[in-house]
Amino acid sequence: MSLLAAAALLLLAAALAPVLLARRDAAAFRVGTLLTIAACAAGFAGATAALRDGLNVEATFDWPLPIGAVRAGLDPLSAFFLVVLFLVAGLAALHGLAAHPARGGRAGGRAAAFYALTVLAMAGVVAARDGVLFLAAWELMTVASYFLVAHEDERPEARRAGMTYLIFSHAGAALLFVLFALLARHGGGFGFDAVRAAGPLAPALAGTLFGLALAGFGGKAALFPLHLWAPDAYPEAPPHAAALLSGAVSKMGIYGLLRALDLLGPPEGWWGTALVAVGGATAVTGALHAFAQRDLKRLVAYSSVENLGVVALGLGVGVLGRAHGAPLVAWLGFAGALLHVLNHGLVKSLLLLLAGDVADATGTRALDRLGALARRMPVTGGAFLLGALALAGLPPLNVFVSEWLLLSGALRGAATLPAEAAAAAVVALALLALAGGLAAAAFVKAYGVGFLGAPRSTAPLAARDPGGLRQGAVLALAGVCLTLGLAPETAASLPAAAAALAAGLSAPPAAALEPVAALSRGVLLLVLLGAALAAARALLLRRREVRAGATWGCGYEAPTARMQYTAASFPAPALGTFEGLLARNVVGAGPEGYFPAAARREERLVDTAGERFVVPLARRFLQALARVRVLQGGRLQLYLLYVFATLVLLLAWQLVLSP
Amino acid sequence: MNAALLLERALHLALLLALPPLLPGVVNRVKAIVAGRSGPGLLQGYLDLAKLLRKGAVYSRTTTWIFRAGPVVGLAAVLAAGLLLPLAGRTALLSFPGDVIAFAALLGLSRFFTVLAALDTGSAFEGMGASREASFSAFAEPVLFLVLATLCVAAGAAGFGEVLEPVGTAAAALRHPVLLVAAAALFAVLLAENARIPVDDPNTHLELTMIHEVMVLDHGGPDLAFIQYGAAVKLFLFSALLAHLVLPFPAGPAGAAVLVLGVLGAAVAVGLVESAMARLRMGRVPQFLVGAGALAALALAVLLTRGR
Repeated sequence: MSLLAAAALLLLAAALAPVLLARRDAAAFRVGTLLTIAACAAGFAGATAALRDGLNVEATFDWPLPIGAVRAGLDPLSAFFLVVLFLVAGLAALHGLAAHPARGGRAGGRAAAFYALTVLAMAGVVAARDGVLFLAAWELMTVASYFLVAHEDERPEARRAGMTYLIFSHAGAALLFVLFALLARHGGGFGFDAVRAAGPLAPALAGTLFGLALAGFGGKAALFPLHLWAPDAYPEAPPHAAALLSGAVSKMGIYGLLRALDLLGPPEGWWGTALVAVGGATAVTGALHAFAQRDLKRLVAYSSVENLGVVALGLGVGVLGRAHGAPLVAWLGFAGALLHVLNHGLVKSLLLLLAGDVADATGTRALDRLGALARRMPVTGGAFLLGALALAGLPPLNVFVSEWLLLSGALRGAATLPAEAAAAAVVALALLALAGGLAAAAFVKAYGVGFLGAPRSTAPLAARDPGGLRQGAVLALAGVCLTLGLAPETAASLPAAAAALAAGLSAPPAAALEPVAALSRGVLLLVLLGAALAAARALLLRRREVRAGATWGCGYEAPTARMQYTAASFPAPALGTFEGLLARNVVGAGPEGYFPAAARREERLVDTAGERFVVPLARRFLQALARVRVLQGGRLQLYLLYVFATLVLLLAWQLVLSP
Repeated sequence: MNAALLLERALHLALLLALPPLLPGVVNRVKAIVAGRSGPGLLQGYLDLAKLLRKGAVYSRTTTWIFRAGPVVGLAAVLAAGLLLPLAGRTALLSFPGDVIAFAALLGLSRFFTVLAALDTGSAFEGMGASREASFSAFAEPVLFLVLATLCVAAGAAGFGEVLEPVGTAAAALRHPVLLVAAAALFAVLLAENARIPVDDPNTHLELTMIHEVMVLDHGGPDLAFIQYGAAVKLFLFSALLAHLVLPFPAGPAGAAVLVLGVLGAAVAVGLVESAMARLRMGRVPQFLVGAGALAALALAVLLTRGR
């Protein structure tokens, strides 16, 4: 506990120090970031200890404001998210410490301060035990992270991405205010314990509140169709901030959903179905767009969308299991979702940091201008391959373990639950498989086009591994991913208690971890098999002639690097089938005829979710607001009149209501 | 571990390691007979492997270690998948609830590295194969999962051990006739995943129309042997799964005999399909797989609504 308190104080100091050092920007950045790293180290130690001990505490702090006391606490669910938060935030900050000055990042002091403030606010969200503190921390997190997204505000893209992020966040937050107000009315106070003590909600109210939570928190978690901010925000933020945004901030939406489920009590079956539907749509959309992207950072960003969808799907499986009294299905779903939060936090920050390193080393994010980086940046390339394998959900990496958990939850659900819930579980399986196949294709493409083959332009020719601290942070992240993947049993034990809490159980089901032990043996066997075959190959080739030659061009003697498959042509065979989710706007026509003249063809990928759902909704909303705008006369006298009228009304209300 | 179990495991390994190269030979022989040719011998697959294993290798200067690792990881992954599927007797070497997911993931790992190795060469042709393989397998993956889910729903369990229970004489398919529909879907996945007509043509001489073969153009010697052996093992695994769906499996070593018959039968069926059909246009392949997915979904819907 004292470690966590120290972490909070250090974060406060990290947010303030750059302000005091405002005159010396480089020092401000370094001091602020170092304090953040120290805070994250302390916080990580504290949170892992709390998770290990299964700590469940709550404390009340008196507050001289009308909202009353502020409550904070820690349970396995909070502790698990704190572990994710501090691990990701610490390692990303470590990378940023070296990368931000090296890439000529401006206003470092501001970046460090808002980074620390975002981390602090997230810790507040996770620790809050009443609605007021939760919402205050939530808003602080949103505003502070906005400044991270829009940090490079000299570029219009960054300003635009920041604004989009802010709009989506605030639209979600508005729903959360309603959610917590209604919960407070039910509980007779903002405290979470009061809400729980007030007993079960009426089904209609509970359903409404679940819908509010899904929409409100879903925006932060970038769930379909509220995911549109994510693919803009992550690429525009500085890499270490993007890692924090995708690795931790978006996960707060998942935490919020889990906390809301905790407060709403025993769920109904349709909540699970809704989560499966939303999560499945998110996962497929995200994976499809990741596959289609030609910008390395956008590809990685869309994969974030996919993985948050996978988490939501896992939550859906968990809710289905809990609603139908199947503790094992519930635990597997929640454990898979929670472990996926950790795994994705690690892998995605790894890939966003690496994408930043690649962009710094080559000066471009366009996959079609990269190529052959595995040779020139061996460490970066190796770490990227690990991340790509992980996000493709393949053994022996960590994401495979979490996907295995939630897929086996869905499979058990399909096999044992009543028909309507089983049907939802089957849909979950099919959508996860589709998303998994597309994600694997996306990362084959990212690595194959960006890091293999012949250089596609002069950009990658001089690229070198960054070395130093940046490499250290990246290797640490990759190491954790590989370790968790090689030891599925350890990985699955991390979210065990938190998943039991979410599943409404006092402890993980007895048989839950047995198959994971067998899975561990399978992973070991796979590694041994691979090593044995590699040895056999080396032995076979030892006394043979091994020559180097040119790539076989099927008789064609003068191939060029531009003849390689590109980031645009690689996914082409699959994209036509998904016109409903992804459109391609084409301007101009390619070369035509036997003697083609100069031609220009431009193809833009369109996320149809925006055009189908979000833009019409926003347009209608703006039209409604236009009617209210009559009130905004622009004259001071009018506004003073409003103030006066409000006071009179309030006075009248008080007089009528009070005896 | 008692003697019977030990025998079962030894039999499992023997079948997994020794039988696969026979299957392409059977397919080719069937095609030859239908076409009125005499065709290569049944054991041609083994001879090819032996020849390739004795050769040296030429590596493109463009390639990195990924190109060399591709065949190794690809083969290791399919062999590991083979340890999960019951071949002789009730359980596989490694059996646990949820092993069906690990099975699919291992096949995915094999594909991931094969595709990366193709892209590593920087060749336009191999990129073409890689692009098609990556795209089409994204469609095949959900179909495979729907088929596996159908099996699990029918058995009320989530592991191969319970799902493909061979005890008694009635096959899973006889307990649930609708599983035959799922078997049809699985056969479609088998054709797609193993680079067979109507998705891919393994015998065409035109690189532009290939998927799998064009991806491995640059591999030679032991690497190519690993790839071809891995492909044969994959065909064997899909055939074995299919056999479990449609044939009655007695317990004990007799089950292994049924398995061998079933696998050879699947190879004959593949040969007949290849003789009777032309390859689909590339643009039609997703539709073919979506159709297979619809079949599996239909089987599932029937199972879920009619009760299990």
